[in-house]
Amino acid sequence: MRPLAWAYLAAAYAFIFLPVVVLVAFSFQDGRLPVPPLRGVTLDWYAKVLSDRAVVAALWNSLAVAAVSSLVALVLGFLAAHAFARVRLPGSAALRTLIVAPMAVSSLIIGLGLLSVFNGLGIRPSLVTAGIGHVVINLPLCFAILYAAMGDHQRAAERAARDLGASEARVLWLVSAPMLAPALAAAFFLSLTFSWDEFIIAFLLTRFDVTLPVEIWSMLRSGLSPAINAVGALVFLISAGAVVLAELLLLRRRT
Amino acid sequence: MTAGLTIDRVVQRFGDAVVLPGIDLEIAAGEFVVLLGPSGCGKTTLLNLIAGFAEPTSGRILIGGRDMAGIGPKDRPTTTVFQDYALFPHMTLADNVAFGLRMRGVGRSARRERAEAMLDLVGLSGRGAARPHELSGGQRQRVALARALAVEPEVLLLDEPLGALDLKLRRAMQDELKSIQAKVGTTFVHVTHDQEEAMAIADRIVVMNEGRIEDQGPPRQVYLNPRTLFTAGFMGEINRIPLADGRSPLGPLVPGSGTLCLRPEAIGTEGPIALGQARVLEAAFFGTHVRAHVAPVAAPELRLVVHLPQKALPAPGEVLTLFARDPVVLP
Repeated sequence: MRPLAWAYLAAAYAFIFLPVVVLVAFSFQDGRLPVPPLRGVTLDWYAKVLSDRAVVAALWNSLAVAAVSSLVALVLGFLAAHAFARVRLPGSAALRTLIVAPMAVSSLIIGLGLLSVFNGLGIRPSLVTAGIGHVVINLPLCFAILYAAMGDHQRAAERAARDLGASEARVLWLVSAPMLAPALAAAFFLSLTFSWDEFIIAFLLTRFDVTLPVEIWSMLRSGLSPAINAVGALVFLISAGAVVLAELLLLRRRT
Repeated sequence: MTAGLTIDRVVQRFGDAVVLPGIDLEIAAGEFVVLLGPSGCGKTTLLNLIAGFAEPTSGRILIGGRDMAGIGPKDRPTTTVFQDYALFPHMTLADNVAFGLRMRGVGRSARRERAEAMLDLVGLSGRGAARPHELSGGQRQRVALARALAVEPEVLLLDEPLGALDLKLRRAMQDELKSIQAKVGTTFVHVTHDQEEAMAIADRIVVMNEGRIEDQGPPRQVYLNPRTLFTAGFMGEINRIPLADGRSPLGPLVPGSGTLCLRPEAIGTEGPIALGQARVLEAAFFGTHVRAHVAPVAAPELRLVVHLPQKALPAPGEVLTLFARDPVVLP
């Protein structure tokens, strides 16, 4: 069984990572097309991409949208989770389900919905509207992570803080948030990677200033090029960095 | 600072369930009162009402003469020591203890000084920089006590604070609680279901059952002269002998009708009330005494539990002549 198990493991990881490996490998292609054979290794495409103003602007746009929308989703999700953990409303369970429901809706539907809402309100597509769209998809995620992390232990400490004279704002800031720091960090960095990678909503809700995935898509329209692989590799690098950071934060807290 | 407490016709309902049908209780400033009762008797509910975690359905709670209606826990002159300690895991012990002072706007250096003094009081001198997870259960409970006392509450509420500790540690902490209370002079309201703990620390025990006050008084009175059968049974083991106009299955013992209650340690080989002969069914050495089950010869269907002196370990079947003292007849 042993060799078979190892083979299965290798196949599973290859299945997951082969596309990324191919993408990254051909971003170093010394030639015009990112297809086999690999003719040689060069960093030219990275130099070209990083000197492309549109790409660099999109990169910063993406980072800004990801950071701000994740922060907003985190704060709203935290407050909602705290409220649901503390107050028992009639129909609490149904309301909780409703909050996480957007996770099950495709982002195409959410994007189209937001597009018609913004149109109706006369709001033009921009980075702000894309950011709002990202809050819509990330808030349920933040809520779910934070609500799951709140336990009796947390509730007891909050009760003690109130008993000792803390206002609700100070309970949140001095007790709840620090106790949930690992979950908060995890929720934030996951939101960050989702927003960073997100294409459909950003495509529908931006116009002149675009995020990086939208920029990559418009590059793709003019055909395959190792430059696109280079941008993709950069996107992957930053996503992976955020995930690793989240893991490290969580692990350090746990030990 | 210390203040008295008045519970005035307090009723608590949760939906259809009546948890407290109407409690009246007066607690003097500086008194150590223990609310004692089985789980579900309403003692913790009453404590939560005093702390302000819930509002009574009707009735008033006054602390130092001030009506507490509509005042949340944060603004009440009470603090609580919780059974699960509820320490802040991300703060040092000193920051835990100083938390209430910080909420009251006390400056950093004054806070630190006071936190150190409070840690001294509970026997944790110099541990201010440690974190809660480095401590044992008993030490955590000491920190919780120091934290609650640091803000000089008028009334300190203790919600089964020793419930999570092992027996030996619990007994040691009882003595300490008592001496700390004497030192600080704050009114203590302590909830427990352990009658030994209650007797060890209370100035006054308030026995609760099904939301009502069954009995109250100093430990000696509640133990030796219980007002109800429930109190008699809850305070410790008891032998019940039916009594009608002074007659019992054992013959005439004491005047009265109802149930004659005798504690196991009040039955022995000498005493003012002659119980007659009894056959030993089984006996075991319990350290401080010998505990025996006996059946009176005059009423073999009756079972009595008696505590005999350490040196006498009777064999099963042996017949003893028994006497009793401290009789209590309850309806």
